[in-house]
Amino acid sequence: MMRHRLLFLLPVLAFLALAVWFWLGLAPGRDPSLVPTVMIDKEVPSFDLPPLIAGKPGLKSADLKGRLTLINFFASWCVPCRAEHPLLLDLAKDNRIQIDGIAWKNRPEDAAGFLVDLGDPYTLAVADQNGRTGIDFGVYGVPESYLIDKEGRIRYRQVGPFTEDDIQKKLMPLIAELSK
Amino acid sequence: MAARGTESTAAGEQLAMTLEFGHFALVLALLIAGLQTVVPLAGASRGDPRMMAFARAAALAQLLCVAIAFGALMQAFIISDFSVAAVANNSNSRQPLLYRMAGLWGNHEGSLLLWISILAIYGAAVAVFGGNLPARLRARVLAVQGAIAFGFLAFTLFASNPFARLDPAPADGAELNPILQDPGLAFHPPMLYLGYVGLSMAFSFAIAALIEGRVDAAWARWVRPWTLAAWTCLTAGIAGGSWWAYYTLGWGGWWFWDPTENASFMPWLIATALLHSAIVVEKRDALKGWTILLAILAFGFSLIGTFLVRSGIITSVHAFAVDPARGLFILALLIVYVGGGLLLFAWRAPALKGGGLFAPISREGALLINNLLLATAAATVLLGTIYPLILDTLGEGTVSVGPPYYNSTFMPIILPLIALTALGPMLSWKRADLAGALGRLRLALALAIAAALLAWWLHGGPALALLGVALAGWLFTGSLTEIIGRSRALSPGGLARLRRLPRAAWGMTLAHAGIAIAILGMTGSAAWKQEDIRVLKPGESAEIAGYSYRLEEVTPVPGPNYEATRARFTVSAGGRQVAVLHPEKRFFPVAETTTTQAAIRMLGIADLYGVIGEPDGKGGWTVRFYYEPLVPLIWIGFLIMAAGGVVSLSDRRYRVGAPQRARGAATAEVKALAR
Repeated sequence: MMRHRLLFLLPVLAFLALAVWFWLGLAPGRDPSLVPTVMIDKEVPSFDLPPLIAGKPGLKSADLKGRLTLINFFASWCVPCRAEHPLLLDLAKDNRIQIDGIAWKNRPEDAAGFLVDLGDPYTLAVADQNGRTGIDFGVYGVPESYLIDKEGRIRYRQVGPFTEDDIQKKLMPLIAELSK
Repeated sequence: MAARGTESTAAGEQLAMTLEFGHFALVLALLIAGLQTVVPLAGASRGDPRMMAFARAAALAQLLCVAIAFGALMQAFIISDFSVAAVANNSNSRQPLLYRMAGLWGNHEGSLLLWISILAIYGAAVAVFGGNLPARLRARVLAVQGAIAFGFLAFTLFASNPFARLDPAPADGAELNPILQDPGLAFHPPMLYLGYVGLSMAFSFAIAALIEGRVDAAWARWVRPWTLAAWTCLTAGIAGGSWWAYYTLGWGGWWFWDPTENASFMPWLIATALLHSAIVVEKRDALKGWTILLAILAFGFSLIGTFLVRSGIITSVHAFAVDPARGLFILALLIVYVGGGLLLFAWRAPALKGGGLFAPISREGALLINNLLLATAAATVLLGTIYPLILDTLGEGTVSVGPPYYNSTFMPIILPLIALTALGPMLSWKRADLAGALGRLRLALALAIAAALLAWWLHGGPALALLGVALAGWLFTGSLTEIIGRSRALSPGGLARLRRLPRAAWGMTLAHAGIAIAILGMTGSAAWKQEDIRVLKPGESAEIAGYSYRLEEVTPVPGPNYEATRARFTVSAGGRQVAVLHPEKRFFPVAETTTTQAAIRMLGIADLYGVIGEPDGKGGWTVRFYYEPLVPLIWIGFLIMAAGGVVSLSDRRYRVGAPQRARGAATAEVKALAR
């Protein structure tokens, strides 16, 4: 009988665990971009990816030398990417930096369609369909962005979508410093 | 409208009065909700008929007050009174009337008022139509409804006041998010809310039953129509939402596993399970505790959805603007109602005695498996939805869970369920003859195989798609076989017997056949969609799936509150023109946002779908075409399912005031009071 009763307690216990998680999620100052990365200041992993749309240029790691680049991993199925997209379109107007997009675990047609609908902030848009390059970068999920300096080293990593605040307070000062 | 500032002060004051009156009515509603909770509960435990009767009066007064508040806010939206913050932030005087009205629920505060209004409508419906319920049960149900209303009214008044004012009032408003300015979005939120909030009825009935410590066939019969009504609205609302996503997000998809979509899908899955398990309680007096649990969870999931969408802890395309303090408030409500309900369940449910025993292979057994699969499916969706949050709070970074996850977890759960859906109704109660049931499904099996072979011959795969087609054929034929077999429709006098079948039987057949049709549509869209993206200059054409799309021209077209860029495509097949498509891109200057209006033309059971993108600066335009075979069947199937709900709802068993039930209830009431 006692075990029987415990069974009926299970739903409320499971629910309370969920509620605790929700509460943690609400904690002020939760900042997903604070995830440390071993990749900071390291050279970008080498890659050579095909373009999303046949006939356009692809992107390989050696191309990144000599220019300041923001690499943005995205996918058409990713909702936060949509939230982030207008900010990237805005950022694309900044001539000091080139934004290249890597469509991660996404059919190239779908990713290209995403850019047709929402606008295309990327100078180069390439496909990492099986997610290999993402693994080399240590991507947790999409969206994720890496600022790469003129020597081809990763200088900043954004886990999750950019917010207006991230761009103004974190990215812009770095761009100003690195584009000198 | 620009002349608003020059209006006479008298009219202005009158307007302000209306709003203050609305605000006051909402405060009054809060007080009434408090009384509606306390008085009937006390009355029911003391057996005081007057205190119990108070619940009905309170529920009606509650509706009146909330309706006044809703009307006052609606008026402010219609006449564009920008001194109201909710109006100024979400409406603009140049918006067409429909979208000024839809602006009310296009934002957090207003949509909460809609939520409360619908809750009040349901409460009043119990008061008016619940004459056949035992007085005690009715009083307790209304008390729980009052408690829910109390929490949400408090949330509205103290943390999300829709009547908050701006001084000075801005000259014009910030405009409703352009992506929401669409007929589909004007209507589908009220429909969804009718569903979400309707599940509160099942919750209230469950809590009332736990307080009474009694769950019987009569209880199941009373709770079922409310669940059915909520389920029907939820089905229609989800269909409307996915149709909206299909033609406005403009990339040919119709379901994105977005948290907002999941928020409506999880309660739908649980409500579907509840509908089925309530049958077992009604017919066989078994699965009582489980049914109560589902009733609590169905509403629980609808509240969890509300929390996820409104607290901002998860990113979504169409979440509301968010505020952590509000998130905390909703979390508190969630803990009180769902946590409290589950605690009561843990305390009282073990005492519920189930009567009916049944063999594993029986109608009850099949319904139980249905329930387990549906509940697992809901858990899977919940895990996918909150997984990013779990990882994030553990400091493991954020991830985005997308279709790859759902395809590999949700499908294996839902496919066997669909296979079982055709079989379940063939099984008899208590103990069934599996071989006999399968024998009667011979034709369904043959047609399923034939359909898969036909699909293979036409398209050649993939395997999962062939399975989808086979399942659709199996379920569709199986459902028809069941109703024909049940009424012996093919023997003499069959038509008359078919007509005399209970409406609930028809409802089930429609709902199951609707699923089959929708599955065929989903399969077609997932497997055989064809698409093309390219840059076209006017005069050039592109070919896809045998259709040639010619870009005739791209012209600017002014809209009421936007500037549209409209393309004209003529579509021809075999040299003959079959359709003209006019996709648009709309720029809303106030909101500085561009939206996509896909052009969709249904040809047979396939959609031709065209989107216009950006100009390339050299006279060309990026354009995108889809050939979407079978896709219209998704929404046709959903509508048939919802129609099944409506038909079943009209069954005599549930009709209000059915004589034998009223009499039975009256005796029960007398007995209850005599105790």
